[in-house]
Amino acid sequence: MTTATLPTRRDEAWRYADMDGLARLGVAALDQWQTVDVPAGTSVTRCLVVGSDAPELHRFRVTLGEGATAAFFVTNAGGDYTRVEVEVRLAKGAHFEFGGVTIGGANEQGGVTREFVTQVVHAEPEATSNQTVRAVHWAGATGNFLGEIKVARHAQKTDAAQDFKGLLLEAGASANAVPQLEIFADDVKCAHGATVGALDEAARFYMMARGLDPATAQRLLVQAFIGDAFVALEDEESRETLLDAALAALEGAKL
Amino acid sequence: MLEITNLHASVGDKPILKGLTLSVPAGEIHAIMGPNGAGKSTLSNVLGGKPGYEVTAGSVTFRGEDLLALDPHERAAKGLFLGFQYPVEIPGVSNVQFLREALNSQRKARGEEPLSGGEFLKLAKDKAGLLKMDMEMLKRQVNVGFSGGEKKRAEMVQMGILDPAFAVLDETDSGLDIDALRIVGAGINSIMRSPDKAVLLITHYQRLLDVVAPDKVSILAGGRIVETGGPELALRLEAEGYDSVMA
Repeated sequence: MTTATLPTRRDEAWRYADMDGLARLGVAALDQWQTVDVPAGTSVTRCLVVGSDAPELHRFRVTLGEGATAAFFVTNAGGDYTRVEVEVRLAKGAHFEFGGVTIGGANEQGGVTREFVTQVVHAEPEATSNQTVRAVHWAGATGNFLGEIKVARHAQKTDAAQDFKGLLLEAGASANAVPQLEIFADDVKCAHGATVGALDEAARFYMMARGLDPATAQRLLVQAFIGDAFVALEDEESRETLLDAALAALEGAKL
Repeated sequence: MLEITNLHASVGDKPILKGLTLSVPAGEIHAIMGPNGAGKSTLSNVLGGKPGYEVTAGSVTFRGEDLLALDPHERAAKGLFLGFQYPVEIPGVSNVQFLREALNSQRKARGEEPLSGGEFLKLAKDKAGLLKMDMEMLKRQVNVGFSGGEKKRAEMVQMGILDPAFAVLDETDSGLDIDALRIVGAGINSIMRSPDKAVLLITHYQRLLDVVAPDKVSILAGGRIVETGGPELALRLEAEGYDSVMA
């Protein structure tokens, strides 16, 4: 079955999307799902840097077998509308880890929208999931995280967590966090949190008083802020790649 | 080294400093004492260039240059160190990374070569040892989870590493127990007691001055320096209080 028409903003999952950007991508992009099957007892780690000047849509459908682990880490620093979607189904005792950073300002047309959309289905008991998303934006740009967690009726002992923090470097930028929890089991732990704020001015002055120029002080603070998203990534080289891509996007940001 | 002339400064619309004049030559440790609300912290924040403090009149010359025309990081690179009354926590940034970047930013601004990781660690270890601070603490996040005393000690380690020509220390003694006070005082002496350096030491209490013998003591009250004398002035204040000394 192929998709015939583009979604609209009335679809909950597209509520904060850039519909013009999506139109430029075209309807065919919606059918391009990448399937990731992780057999029981095995694990998979995927790292992705999104950072071209064209609109991009990446859709993943992940199925985790019993006791399997999948970890996705993404730096979303696109120069145009960029959306990374991950749909995950967890079998018994499986674990899903997601770490994402959206970072950036405007392109020639104005503020760019960058977003993560996840749907994590705890279909069986004792599975765990942990999602950490950080958004750093300026120049009228927007960062979104739409995170849906579904816990099936018999999926007892589910442990699902979702954490979003937005850092807006100037007025006019925005961040949207939409946690959606649908829980039908009664013995579960589901946590979600979302905060949005500006750069810590006291910390910035403290750093400048020690001799750091404004750009370096900002880079260090942003690096510390987004670092949480990649803490769970053990491979240091991959972590550096994701961090470097994010910090490279920071060049030219409002100080 | 530092010349403050007729300095007026406001926070919001409220004038705090009202014609403050003070000169601190190289080689001098100058203590500033004064009652609460006299403008002591405002003075240190104005010297450091903290946003929100507006200088409405007067001048500050540091090593022959107009200090007030410089941004905070430029002041640091010229050799000014501001010791914070409340050192700021920076989650996610280690002391080692913070200080190495700070030192190398300063060196770059002065046209000097950056220190390598190894050179920096050696320097940090030396200075931490001086303040009896474990290197493990320097690997932790900046001031995060430090006790009040540890934060002040960490400030002095930072001062040792950055090696400024002039330090403005704002109530560095607050929150210190007697042992920590001795260590911090000895740190100030070993880092800053030098013919080509100077210190402005803002304090409420004689006890730090027992360790760091100041050359001069000034009383700041109502936004101005109302009296300057030798170390005996601090002793008189301690014995008689501000009211009788300033009367």
